[in-house]
Amino acid sequence: MTTNMITPDQAMVDGLAEEMRRDPRVITFGEGTATKHYELVEEFGRKRVRNTPLAEGIIAGTAAGAAATGLRPVVDLLFAPFLTFAMEELVNSAGKLRFISGGQFSFPMVAIARTGAGWAVGGQHNHNIESWFVHSPGIKVVMPSTAADFKGLMKSAIRDENPVMFFADIGLLHTPGEVPEGDNVVPIGKAALRREGSDVSLISYGKTVGKCLEAANLLLAEGISAEVIDLRSLKPLDEAGVLSSVLKTGRAVVVHEASGICGVGAEVAAIIAEKAFSQLKAPVVRITGPDAPPAASYPLEQAFVPQPDRIAAAARRICA
Amino acid sequence: MTTVESIVDRSVTQKLETMLLIRTFEEKSAELKAAGHSPSMCTSVGQEASAVGVISALDERDLILTNHRSAGHLLARGADPNRVMAEIHGKATGYCGGKSGSLHISVKEIGVILTSTIVGGELSLATGVGLSLQMLEMQGIATVFFGDGAATEGIFHESVNLAAVWDLPVLYVCENNQWQAYVHRKETMRIDHISEWGARYGIRTATVDGNDVEAVAAAARDAVAYIRETGKPFLLETYTYRLRGHMEPDDQAYVDKEELSRWRSKDPITALERKLVTDGVLTATELAAMKETVRKKVEAAAQFAITSPYPTLDQLTAGVYA
Ligand SMILES: Cc1ncc(C[n+]2csc(CCOP(=O)(O)OP(=O)(O)O)c2C)c(N)n1
Ligand SMILES: [Mg+2]
Repeated sequence: MTTNMITPDQAMVDGLAEEMRRDPRVITFGEGTATKHYELVEEFGRKRVRNTPLAEGIIAGTAAGAAATGLRPVVDLLFAPFLTFAMEELVNSAGKLRFISGGQFSFPMVAIARTGAGWAVGGQHNHNIESWFVHSPGIKVVMPSTAADFKGLMKSAIRDENPVMFFADIGLLHTPGEVPEGDNVVPIGKAALRREGSDVSLISYGKTVGKCLEAANLLLAEGISAEVIDLRSLKPLDEAGVLSSVLKTGRAVVVHEASGICGVGAEVAAIIAEKAFSQLKAPVVRITGPDAPPAASYPLEQAFVPQPDRIAAAARRICA
Repeated sequence: MTTVESIVDRSVTQKLETMLLIRTFEEKSAELKAAGHSPSMCTSVGQEASAVGVISALDERDLILTNHRSAGHLLARGADPNRVMAEIHGKATGYCGGKSGSLHISVKEIGVILTSTIVGGELSLATGVGLSLQMLEMQGIATVFFGDGAATEGIFHESVNLAAVWDLPVLYVCENNQWQAYVHRKETMRIDHISEWGARYGIRTATVDGNDVEAVAAAARDAVAYIRETGKPFLLETYTYRLRGHMEPDDQAYVDKEELSRWRSKDPITALERKLVTDGVLTATELAAMKETVRKKVEAAAQFAITSPYPTLDQLTAGVYA
């Protein structure tokens, strides 16, 4: 298979463009979408690629209304904290009206939001709120870590009949990675095994997958074999994938940048405790961001993110 | 330390000096960003007359709410350039200890409060500030700076309507700079003046040439006098232009060249310099000396920011809860 080196930022757009070619119902709009993606305007025209007024509520609401009535909108809501202006539309409408209407409507739409450390812009731009949506019924949530998954999950998200929140980790967006050519669709709900190991499972998503891989290298030097699981889809969560790894290693460190309290890691830890308790050789450990807004100041922003040494230390502790 | 009193009712030469300070400060920040010294930030180059004109009409009782494009408002109100620059650099000596960075700098001691980089965030808070001023009989008025883009958020309309029906002492200042990040204002609304929207909610409004500092100051004085007398809100639109990009660096490839050069020729600072020299208010030598003073101040701020320490890691979770 031929692969190209592409940034995740571009891979998302490539995935979108392929789906727009494939399905005329796919449209995209957002604050500056047509300015930033002029190549899409040239190929698909101003009807399908639009700039909007600066108004997240109506962007998300318009997407939901259009999705229920025949279009497949992909909307870019920029930074995750701006989603708070669109919560009503995403959570109450897109997420609930399928169920509430007795299944009369569905909402095939994708909302993109950037998040995470890497730009030193502070807590009103950087806030990992993906678990808010995991907690909201009717909505799927993905957060890829590789360029190939940015593209492949975007394609799946667009084809999905449900509203999908697509979280893009800013820290990853501009580092090129391998992307297979062609119609490479990555299924939603399937975790990826990034590294095989036998002593401990490091379970993560987004930029901390890379930190786990680095931690695994540190651990290897000490004779600890760490497996790294990339969840990439937070809802549905690949329970079987998580459990098969933990049943093998008997130990789990769950890692994410989002704050720990009621985060995705809490759910993963609960699943492990409920379904693999008898196989556990040590308690499940969570390594996460603190219960604080990320500061703008660069060193504080970086310290917010679980780093390889912290992850390795946790793994070492439970492997001792 | 600059006191707020010293900046009230400034003379026109003082206004020019403040505008020069803002311009020089922001160009320096952009230069430092380009050199890799600091994260990105938004400048208000081209809009200095709006900040200086409005703020010169306020006094020490008044409270100011602002947004991501705030350096002009902060400096016009008398903030210490060293500490603003340090905050932009995320340093411990910044006004918010480096936790804000450039985008949400508040300086309570000079009445610049509750800065939000969520577009429209400041509009949602201004009514509450107005309510406190009204109910606690604090005398001052709440002045809220926001952009033409913020006016397309629903919260703008909710804010103005509530201020109207509750008679809140809020001065809404829409800095209509024709841009909303990478989208031209005309792509987002069928009207040209945000004051038209304000008027539909039953409040007093005015639009002023935002590049003429004396015109802005006069319009703001009228608005402030009206609010102090009636307790009711007022919307002042300063019609201006964002001469640099949205966020540094920005090649402005998406900007119409003709429009940009038309507005460049209306640069509020060059126009005022020319006028003051022609009118004999200021000699060329005095102007040069003024620029040198400003340059030195800004250089000192840059040095202060660069040499200041970053916050210590215990600050990661300090101050989240009261
Ligand atoms: C709720 C929200 N949406 C989007 C953004 C991203 N953003 C920051 S500034 C800006 C443009 C704001 O335009 P305007 O209100 O006219 O103010 P200006 O920047 O022109 O001063 C945008 C879209 C944001 N910070 N908050
Ligand atoms: Mg604007």
